[in-house]
Formats: sequence, structure tokens, C-alpha cells
Amino acid sequence: MSLPYSKKVIELFLNPKNVGEIENPDGVATEGSPACGDMVTVYLKVDKESLKIVDVKFKSFGCASNIATASIVTEMVKGKTLDEAKNVTWKEVIEEVGGLPPVKIHCSVLAVDALQAAIINYEERMGIQKEKEPTDENLIRKRLRHVIDPNTGKEIIGSNVVKKIEVNDGVINIILNMEEENQFANSIKEEIIEKLKYRWDIKEVNINFER
Amino acid sequence: MEINKRIYLDNATTTRVDDEVIKEMEIYYKDIYGVPSSIFSHKDGLIAKEAIEKVRNLLSQRLNKKEGEIIFTSGGTESNNLIIKGVAYKLQEKGKHIITSPIEHLSVLNVMKNLEREGFEISYVPVDEHGFVDLTKLKKLIKKETILISIQHVNQEVGTVQNIEEIGKIAKESKVLFHTDSSLGFPYFDIDLEKMDINFLTITPHKFYGPKGVGAIYVRDLNKIKPILNGGYNEFNLRPGTENVPSIMGFGKAIEIFNKEDVKKIENLKKYLLARIVKEIEDIRINSPIENSHPGILNITFFYIEGESIVLRMDMLGVSLITGSACFSKSLEASHVLLAMGLSHEIAHGSIRFSLSKYNTKEEMDYVVDSLKETVKILRDLSPLKKEN
Repeated sequence: MSLPYSKKVIELFLNPKNVGEIENPDGVATEGSPACGDMVTVYLKVDKESLKIVDVKFKSFGCASNIATASIVTEMVKGKTLDEAKNVTWKEVIEEVGGLPPVKIHCSVLAVDALQAAIINYEERMGIQKEKEPTDENLIRKRLRHVIDPNTGKEIIGSNVVKKIEVNDGVINIILNMEEENQFANSIKEEIIEKLKYRWDIKEVNINFER
Repeated sequence: MEINKRIYLDNATTTRVDDEVIKEMEIYYKDIYGVPSSIFSHKDGLIAKEAIEKVRNLLSQRLNKKEGEIIFTSGGTESNNLIIKGVAYKLQEKGKHIITSPIEHLSVLNVMKNLEREGFEISYVPVDEHGFVDLTKLKKLIKKETILISIQHVNQEVGTVQNIEEIGKIAKESKVLFHTDSSLGFPYFDIDLEKMDINFLTITPHKFYGPKGVGAIYVRDLNKIKPILNGGYNEFNLRPGTENVPSIMGFGKAIEIFNKEDVKKIENLKKYLLARIVKEIEDIRINSPIENSHPGILNITFFYIEGESIVLRMDMLGVSLITGSACFSKSLEASHVLLAMGLSHEIAHGSIRFSLSKYNTKEEMDYVVDSLKETVKILRDLSPLKKEN
């Protein structure tokens, strides 16, 4: 029996590409995963005329899957325009590394999220400020799109894991279609709360399990 | 994979079975394969019965048991389930309150969670930064509904050895029963049932060169516990099921040949490993206590890097280790032991457990430290975290 990782994952884990920092980056962001404690920082150098990513580097405080996917996502977007880079999805990234065990998919999501956050950071620096959107069900669904159910390796939105979302007076109530005894229940709960509790108009996030 | 050349430092999970143990077990697979419950039918059953009774007597002797019974089970998980559920269901009329610690093995903690859902009240006595149970708080947690205190002897991740003699006294003073999961304790540490107020005990031979899939419990009073499995009338009517005779015989052999010189050897190897790591690798935290610690368990955090990455790279270099990192765990949660000790997620994230056996050598420790230095350096170069950051 071999390790539960593809050859490509092991190869990139042992010899990752684009590791390091960029001095005076045009965009930089660090994303942490409350699910597992991993952390990735992505640095961008952007050509202001063409809006193309001319250089991208990363550093990782993470596991093998995290290092491998950060390596591949930086390779994938180098030379692309920001708009093209924004369209890279975690599914494409996983395909590029030859697949990941379901329980490790959130690690690849983290690498993609860090890249997207670095692009937003660049846009913010360039003065494209976004308005404060109110937190409603639609926005919550959008925010939770990248939360992965480690049981299946699928997004919890759109795979029937989320049963109900309610927002009332700054209190979010979410019901998950899962048993509280599920081995990942606590990890998913923490991740959802982490993604929503810092919203400007949110005071409280409650997660309940029902099956 | 050249498995023989590997360096196995995961002995707190399980150990290599001693050759003498295997030799003993073989006899009871090939020559004497009757089962003890057939004593009234034939001689084969009688011989098997006599054989396992010898092991029971040996265990009684080593534990200085004068009252109560030794019961064979299928291992640590069943033993803990049987004791905790068996006592809870038997004594629930008297009270539904149980006290445990937050650093127990999952075969205790998940039983407690289950009982909680069934209406029992469970209190968790806090531990300090080295994993020692707070005895003052333990006393305060006891109330008139308390029926059981279940606190482990030795911790599986950091090796902390609890003062079970003192905990037993506290329990006895309040007329509460005391169970200790000694899966990693006995026979590394002596247990004297005459001197210690232990009502229930969990013992597991695969942690000391014995077979897997067999274990034992000690029960001081059979009236305080009921079976959780229903079946035949084996093992004092507390644990049905065909006795695992070969494994019980291997269990006995493992106790018989266990010697304190090997323990001294492991202790010295651990000291050597620790001294080299402390001297040669910066920015670490020793999570295991120095005093009152299992001779073969050493838990260390390497700051700024993640445990699964360390474990995977070390595995490729031929060394077997484990980590308390969430990435490595089956529930994606960082080590509950380290978190309960008040350590941060970051410390759990980079924690590594080295656990040694009598089969390890000094040369192996040198290879491990050399490989570790290289691994830690490579991963730290990758990390966004730095000192004072």
C-alpha cells in the first residue's frame, strides 16, 4: 500500500515551486484554515498596464496537500490576467495535482482562497473599494461555498449538507443535515462560524445539527 | 519497501511482539486449541482452562491482588467501555455523575459523550500545562451523585504519569469508585492493589511486546458492574465470548519476560534523543513532563512548521512518527490532549510524538536527529512564520 497521495502531490510537496516572498508585493494575503490550522501567504507582482500576474510566490505553514496545491496554483496563474486568475477554481487545482483524499480537499481550497484574497488586496490597493453588503442568505451561501465536507470532499453548499439558513437581527442560524456525532461535525461548525462571525452586521452565529 | 530497515518510533501506539511471546502463542494455535468453557466436556478444554488460569494468577501476583477478579477482554477499548458503561448502568439508581479528565483516550472520552447523551452528567477535571490532573479541583467536583472517577494512569500523547495512588485515596474518602486506564502504565510502572485504592483497572499487552486484540480488566467488586455484551457465561459472567486463548497466553508471556532493565534502556535512549534535539534544533517546546513521565514517550513541538509535513518527510527517510496536528487527525481536530493542557493550536500543529521500545538503538536515535534537523530546516524555509512574528 502506498500513501494516500498522488505522485504529483508528493513530488510538489518535496520540491515545491514558487516558494518564497516577493519584496514590495503589489498584492499579498494570508489565509488560515480554522479547520486544520494551516496557513498560506501568497505574494503577487502585477503589471499595471496589462493587469497580468508577472510573479507569484507563496509560503506555507501547512501539510503536504497544502504545500502541493499552493505550488500548483501559483504555477497555474503565473502570466495570467487577474480576471483569468480569479476564475481558477479549487476543482481545477485538484485535477492538476492528480486528485486528493476527500479529507484533504479543504487544504487545496485554502491555497485558492489565499490567491483570491491576494488579488482582492491588489484591487483594494488600486482604490477599487467595495461597498459594505448586508449579510443575507445569498451572501452567506456565497461565503460558505468554499467550506468542504471532509466526509465527502464536496462543498457543503449544493450537496444538501446545509438544511436551512436564517438571518434575523444580526443572528445567523444554520441547520446542517448531519449527526452531531459525526467525526467532522465540530470541525465544520468551527469553520462556518469563523467565516461569518467577523461580518460587520453579525453578532452571533449558531450552528445546529439535524438529521 | 525495506520494512526491516525502518526506524519505528510509534511504540505508544503498538509494539513489536517479542519472539518468545509468538513462540508461546503458537502452541495454543496448533497443539492446545480447545476452549476453557469446555471443561466439563473434554480434556482439551481443561488444559486450555488451566493455561489461562495460570496467566490470571500471574497477573494477580504482579498486581498484588488479594480481592476481586481479573477478566480477559479484547483490548483497551473494550475494557474501558465495559468498565465505564458497566458501572454507569449498574449504579445509575445511586447517581448519574461521573468524573474524568479531558486528556483520556478516545475509548474513554467517546464513551463519556455517549453517556452524556443518555442523561448522565460528566465532569472533566482540568489538567495543568504538563498534563497533571488538578487534585484540588477533583475533590471539589465530587458530589453525592458521583458514582465513578475515571482517570488514566499514563497519557498516550505526552506520557504524563498521574498520581493514581492519591486519586484513589480521594475517591475512597468520598466513597466513589475509581477506574484507571493503565494501557500505557502497567508493567512500566508497578501497581499494588493492596496499597492503591483502585476499583477498576484497564491493562493492554500490545504496548509491552504482547499481542493485539487481547486485554484485561481488574474488578474489585463484581456487584458494582454489569455486562455490556450478552452471550455465554464466560469470564465470571461479565464478559461473554470465546476466550482468546493464544493471545491470553501471549499476554502472560509478555508479563513474564518484561524486565526493568529494558525500561532503563529506553529511558536512557529517550534522554539521549532529547538532549541532542535540545542542543541541535532551535525553537522547540518540550510538551512531555520531565519528571513523572513514561520512559519511552517524548512529545516535542517544532515551531513554525506543521506536523504532518514533518511526519511525511521523516517517513520517506524511513522513520515512523506521529503528530498532534489537526491535518493528521481523523476528525480534523488538533490533539485534544495538547489543547486541554492549555497549549495553542499552533503548538499542537507542529507537535511530534517519539515513542521508543527496547528494540530501538542509539545509532537509530542519531539517524533520527540528523534526519529531523534536515527536515525541520527545509520546512522552516517554506514557512511564512518566523521568530518574533
